[in-house]
Amino acid sequence: MMTEGMFTNYFLPGIWITIQVTVFSALLAVVVAFVIGTLRTSRLWIVRFLSGIYFELFRGTSSLVLMFWLVFAVPLMFRWQFVPMYAGVLALGLTYGAYGSEVVRGALAAVPAAQREAGVALGFTKFQRLRRIEIPQAWPEMVPPFNNLLIELLKGTALVSTIMVADMTYAANLVRIGSNESAPVYTLLLVLYFVFAFVLTRGMRVLERHAKSRIGQAPPRGDSLWSRLTLRSNAGEGTGALTAGGTSR
Amino acid sequence: MPSPADTPRDSNSASRANGAELVRFDKVTKRFGDVTVLDQLDFSVDTGKHVTLIGPSGSGKTTILRLLMTLLTPDEGTIKVDGDYLNHEERNGTLAKAGEKHVREVRKKIGMVFQQFNLFPNMKVLRNVTEAPVHVLGMSKDEADQRARELIELVGLSEQLDKYPSQLSGGQQQRVAIARALAMRPQVLLLDEVTSALDPELVAGVLDVLRDIAHTTDITMLVVTHEMSFARDISDAVLMFDRGKIVESGPPDKMFSEPEHERTREFLSTVL
Ligand SMILES: Nc1ncnc2c1ncn2[C@@H]1O[C@H](COP(=O)(O)OP(=O)(O)OP(=O)(O)O)[C@@H](O)[C@H]1O
Ligand SMILES: [Mg+2]
Repeated sequence: MMTEGMFTNYFLPGIWITIQVTVFSALLAVVVAFVIGTLRTSRLWIVRFLSGIYFELFRGTSSLVLMFWLVFAVPLMFRWQFVPMYAGVLALGLTYGAYGSEVVRGALAAVPAAQREAGVALGFTKFQRLRRIEIPQAWPEMVPPFNNLLIELLKGTALVSTIMVADMTYAANLVRIGSNESAPVYTLLLVLYFVFAFVLTRGMRVLERHAKSRIGQAPPRGDSLWSRLTLRSNAGEGTGALTAGGTSR
Repeated sequence: MPSPADTPRDSNSASRANGAELVRFDKVTKRFGDVTVLDQLDFSVDTGKHVTLIGPSGSGKTTILRLLMTLLTPDEGTIKVDGDYLNHEERNGTLAKAGEKHVREVRKKIGMVFQQFNLFPNMKVLRNVTEAPVHVLGMSKDEADQRARELIELVGLSEQLDKYPSQLSGGQQQRVAIARALAMRPQVLLLDEVTSALDPELVAGVLDVLRDIAHTTDITMLVVTHEMSFARDISDAVLMFDRGKIVESGPPDKMFSEPEHERTREFLSTVL
């Protein structure tokens, strides 16, 4: 039997590790995506070339193999050992950052050239144009594909269980061995990943709407990002952010 | 060599001291692939003058403004703004391609209003106007705000400060774009067919604002327009272009009433 004790002793800590791995890898991936993505729009061919190589390299390697390499090969080659969880975060962050760079590059390319010209005419530097004009305008375009990547990343965190990081998948495996109840254990695991993905998607919808309202594309429905993230309904209106998010688009 | 200057140009010293010549094109050639759009073009604009460029489609008017705004670079020749080379730097007595920083510095003297407005859709009206003064000129937020409000009032949009560009009409957007360009206190304002993307009923409002600016400030203007009565009102000189060369130039009265060249007469008959 799978007992309550098994849940609190194994699953709960596993859930916490999965959340941490997801958050840290996502943060790393976003940084990598923006840096590599903007470098790939550079005027200088050498910068485009090198950042393109990064993209191809990490798109073309399996993050599972990369994790193995970081955990098992790096100590032999460099006499330096990763904490396994950080090896997992690094592998996932670098890989999904590469995918994300494609999103950033595409969204930046979709900003009309006239916006760049207006920025030049007003004397902005390249960096100021990116920060104040191009990225803010490209951002709403990035959010939906980023959402897909984030869900992929969440599911990809299950790979860290293979390098002895005790995430939810690892916990599920332990509990199955301990209880011999494959069906409920793996069903619960599926449901957990689904619930997490669902929550992330809702959050990203809110973010998308917020981003669009900030460039005047859609009226904001709540007064602040935070009020839209909370599930409480607005007085009298009877719809929470959950339903509001569901009816967007 | 045609020059819109109404005083004779001192051809061997473009010195900053007398300050007369604000913009000078010297044998500027611009090609797109095999097509030579500007061919060894010489012309100059004196400080405070309003010069209008006219000519058939494809004659190179936009190219001239975009060269000045450094959105394009010349293939040959030099451009000077207020005595400084725009695309070149003097190093050890020879002219070399200018670095990004030099270009930005000289470019600060130039402002441009585009045919399609090109406001920043991610910023409200007020911020469209304050963004560059704050982040490019390093003006304090309060001062930029104050000046932006004055300029927005000048273009008659004080009620719209808090709107996004997408919530404004084309004419209103273009007036914001004019305020945005003026907020940088350019010495030269470039206007490229700024009313041709507007619905006919909105054109007059924008032209009125520009007339007002032309008559009440000492800003130098380089204008491309098909609005001939507007050109006649504000211009000190009109340059007629054809195939990247100046065909004829002179004061607006003469150019519009008794042009000398057949090509000018032909062109004017199509637009007047
Ligand atoms: N980026 C470009 N690439 C290739 N050719 C170009 C480019 N920009 C302009 N041209 C060509 O250069 C010529 C001059 O163009 P320009 O836009 O300066 O003309 P214009 O006088 O402003 O015409 P219009 O009155 O139609 O605006 C045209 O033949 C045009 O097709
Ligand atoms: Mg043009």
